[in-house]
Amino acid sequence: MSDRLAVLKTYKLYVGGKFPRSESGRTYRVQDSNVAKASRKDARDAVVAARAAFGGWAGATAYLRGQILYRVAEMLEGRRDQFAALGSSPEDVDAAVDRLVWYAGWTDKISQVRGGANPVAGPYFNISAPEPTGIVAIVAPSSSPLLGLVSVIAPVIATGNVAIVLADEASPLAAVTLAEVLATSDLPGGVVNILTGSAAEVAPWLASHLDVNAIDLTGVADPALAADLEIAAAQNLKRVLRPSSPDWTADPGLGRMTTFLETKTVWHPKGT
Amino acid sequence: MFEYAPAPESASIVDIKPSYGLFIDGQFVDGSGAFKTINPATEEPLAEVALADAGDVDKAVAAARKAFKKWSKLPGKERGKYLFRIARILQERSRELAVLESIDNGKPIKESRDVDLPLVAAHFFYYAGWADKLGYAGFGPDPKPIGVAGQVIPWNFPLLMLAWKIAPALACGNTVVLKPAETTPLTALLFAEICQQADLPPGVVNIVTGAGETGSALVNHPGVDKVAFTGSTEVGRMIARSVAGTNKKVTLELGGKAANIIFEDAPIDQAVEGIVNGIFFNQGHVCCAGSRLLVQESVAEEVLDSLKRRMATLRVGDPLDKNTDIGAINSAEQLSRIRALAEIGESEADRWSPPCELPAKGFWFAPTVFTGVTQAHRIAQEEIFGPVLSVLTFRTPAEAVEKANNTPYGLSAGVWTEKGSRILKIADKLRAGVVWANTFNKFDPTSPFGGYKESGYGREGGRHGLEAYLNV
Amino acid sequence: MTALLTSPTNATLRAFLHGLPGVDAVGLEQRAASLGTRSIKTTSKAYALDLALRMVDLTTLEGADTPGKVRSLCAKALRPDPSDPECPPVAAVCVYPSMVPVAAEALKGSKVHLASVATAFPSGQAPLQVKLDDTRAAVQAGADEIDMVISRGAFLAGDYLHVYEEIAAVREACGDAHLKVILETGELATYDNIRRASWLAMMAGAHFIKTSTGKVSPAATLPTTLLMLEAVRDYLDQTGTKIGVKPAGGIRTSKDAIKYLVTVNEIAGPGWLDPDWFRFGASTLLNDLLMQRAKLRTGHYSGPDYMTVD
Repeated sequence: MSDRLAVLKTYKLYVGGKFPRSESGRTYRVQDSNVAKASRKDARDAVVAARAAFGGWAGATAYLRGQILYRVAEMLEGRRDQFAALGSSPEDVDAAVDRLVWYAGWTDKISQVRGGANPVAGPYFNISAPEPTGIVAIVAPSSSPLLGLVSVIAPVIATGNVAIVLADEASPLAAVTLAEVLATSDLPGGVVNILTGSAAEVAPWLASHLDVNAIDLTGVADPALAADLEIAAAQNLKRVLRPSSPDWTADPGLGRMTTFLETKTVWHPKGT
Repeated sequence: MFEYAPAPESASIVDIKPSYGLFIDGQFVDGSGAFKTINPATEEPLAEVALADAGDVDKAVAAARKAFKKWSKLPGKERGKYLFRIARILQERSRELAVLESIDNGKPIKESRDVDLPLVAAHFFYYAGWADKLGYAGFGPDPKPIGVAGQVIPWNFPLLMLAWKIAPALACGNTVVLKPAETTPLTALLFAEICQQADLPPGVVNIVTGAGETGSALVNHPGVDKVAFTGSTEVGRMIARSVAGTNKKVTLELGGKAANIIFEDAPIDQAVEGIVNGIFFNQGHVCCAGSRLLVQESVAEEVLDSLKRRMATLRVGDPLDKNTDIGAINSAEQLSRIRALAEIGESEADRWSPPCELPAKGFWFAPTVFTGVTQAHRIAQEEIFGPVLSVLTFRTPAEAVEKANNTPYGLSAGVWTEKGSRILKIADKLRAGVVWANTFNKFDPTSPFGGYKESGYGREGGRHGLEAYLNV
Repeated sequence: MTALLTSPTNATLRAFLHGLPGVDAVGLEQRAASLGTRSIKTTSKAYALDLALRMVDLTTLEGADTPGKVRSLCAKALRPDPSDPECPPVAAVCVYPSMVPVAAEALKGSKVHLASVATAFPSGQAPLQVKLDDTRAAVQAGADEIDMVISRGAFLAGDYLHVYEEIAAVREACGDAHLKVILETGELATYDNIRRASWLAMMAGAHFIKTSTGKVSPAATLPTTLLMLEAVRDYLDQTGTKIGVKPAGGIRTSKDAIKYLVTVNEIAGPGWLDPDWFRFGASTLLNDLLMQRAKLRTGHYSGPDYMTVD
């Protein structure tokens, strides 16, 4: 045993590529740690950061997004021990890394799979392609703190959306540690923003925020809260992914990407 | 002077009955009351139409549920043949339907004849072909229908919106209960007759008529698995709220305030046509209408002069006259809404209409353009849904994009320039579901249509349009 | 533009012509098609048929033309429908230069104009001097309208100054005769070229711009004519000078002719609905106009045997 006193980590929020404390100054005790307890104003700041990041991330080449997601996988692989220490099983970490690799490969393929040329009955070039919807607020699942979290974030950002993630209230440390992975992976600040604290307190602010384009309710366990959030989301016609308890080890399919994609169709005459 | 003599399309091709029932389980049945539908060009009553209350809606949903069992099991090939059959009958009876549409809706016959009806038949023809190919549509090898679709459609393209809703739903194996708008129920009811003529199994298509309460009963019915709505953003919001916490799948096609961007190097003469078509097509009762003209300052005067000269040749009047360009406003209610917004516009900007004589009876609004509009003006923000154009200017491409996107809507946009790379860049930047470059208001069954942001979600048309009706 | 024309160079002409707004082909053709759906009935149809008839440049441009053929054509021009004294004469007769003396004699004393093609029609592939002599000869023999062809080769090679100077020279050689400049739109191939050629011809002194020789397919089309009507409309706006338009070749039916008149009415405006400003270069069109006229007058359909074949 060494006499050296360990340096403890302060678990903070991840907003705009930085690690601020909650503006409210609040923390809560969970997983034997003090964790920042985000307020509605932190959510508001996260929306501003996400909006600022959206144009650049959506406008980045799909190739670059794939490179960065792959880099996230690399960084995660290198931090296996940290996630193991937080209770993630080796299989969970494996699956989380593999999931990132899977979505890294999707970035430059989803447009081809979901878009296409439309043979309209007239002298027009007509093409449809998916585009990101914008800011997606995610209520992270409580099951599989790391794998579940990666499985909801990766599809959102792979397609060029930006995310505000409300970490699971009871197991937020995986989320904050993932933020450290993201922060060291060339992911532009603001593309993923992670808030810890009470989803029931913060989610309504994101659900009703008019500059948020979509909401993923996967982690909302209370049906009444889920319905309330969906009602709030209707104010600006947010795209809503309703609560579910997926088997995170199964093939995720395309649904988590396509729910947050718009289809843009462009027409142009063909003439000389 | 070369005056065009009246050239009315004969109304005798269509036989309007004095009264219509609800179409439930393959039969026309009585409703729980009745309402009148009128000809908006004359204000004459056309027919009495049954009013469906919650009980009637319940019967319709039950009929659709019962029919779903067999219809969803029917081989796709056979479902497709029903749809092909319907498409053919629609083509055969297209003049009759076009005349009826113009009478009930007020739109010019040249549009109902040359745009609505050809697209209606094409839409059924297109989705008929999908019915036995769903496994190849990119939604997995064996996608399943959802169940009973409750569909609520608007009055601006009554039969076309019916086609957009019913054709993909049936192709995918769903059954439907559809509510047409209360001011334009007649072509949907004639379509019901066509379903009978095509021997479509009873209950696969049910048509319930009525206003908002009927629609609300349909959308909220627990037996409805899928809701599809086209209409105002306000009602769309209500629907989104009302399905919260349920398993109902929803697609919404809502309002818009599209920017039509004219760059200085545009093909000006065609751009002026695009502006006119963009806002005066169907009296401007078009969710994707190009209601905000964004014109580059360096050509603003030239474009406006051309536009006004062109507007002076628009012929407003009898919808059944083959030379009419702009028909009647669909209802007194819509007319008063347009008038109210135009009055607000007048206090904000400069109003201009060409000299044009409007008929004494009926609902009419002269084609109108407001110049000197800014983004802060209400007429630049609110959907007017009438033949009213707001003109704004811009200096640079970035400013054009910023103004175009400066709206809660995101349904459509137009961009006019002869420079190809600029088109592609601007099209990328516009937050809208349909971008018409060097054209406007073009539609095709193969081409997905639908909005970003508050213009709704989901796509209608094309392979994409199947997704809304498959359990994927 | 005035400054441009005091001493034009190929560079200044090019800069001007290529600065004209582009033409979107699909949009133009759709506009033409939509004007083609106008339904012209009863009284407006009667008006349109008579107007179209008065706009016809009754044309024969065959190697086999003889004095006899030209004389009978002139007779038809003067009295298109011998059974109807109310039937107006056509606007002009259009012949080769060699036939001008015959036609001048046959039309003497009438108000029917005498047009002659010139400038090595239809190809225009001859030295300038030959073209000018051709023109002067036709005018001297009695033509009061000259239908010249532009050098399409020079135009397509980008030598706008050559085309410009040639038109200007022919215009001078015309003296008092009116000059129609044939663009041969079928050989110019693109609508952008047609717009530029229209402006070039107008700036060089054309009284009329004309679509085609009739020897190249496609000859006149509705979109092409619409485009040229936009050009004369805009030219009047910008310069105060009014130019006429003449579609020629391929317009064979009254229905077609009426579509053109609708297009004139709605694109250039009613100011062009006059034989002084709009002509049809045609031959078979005349009999169809006469048959339709007869139908309106008598209430029953007529047949080719009841129309003279000249």
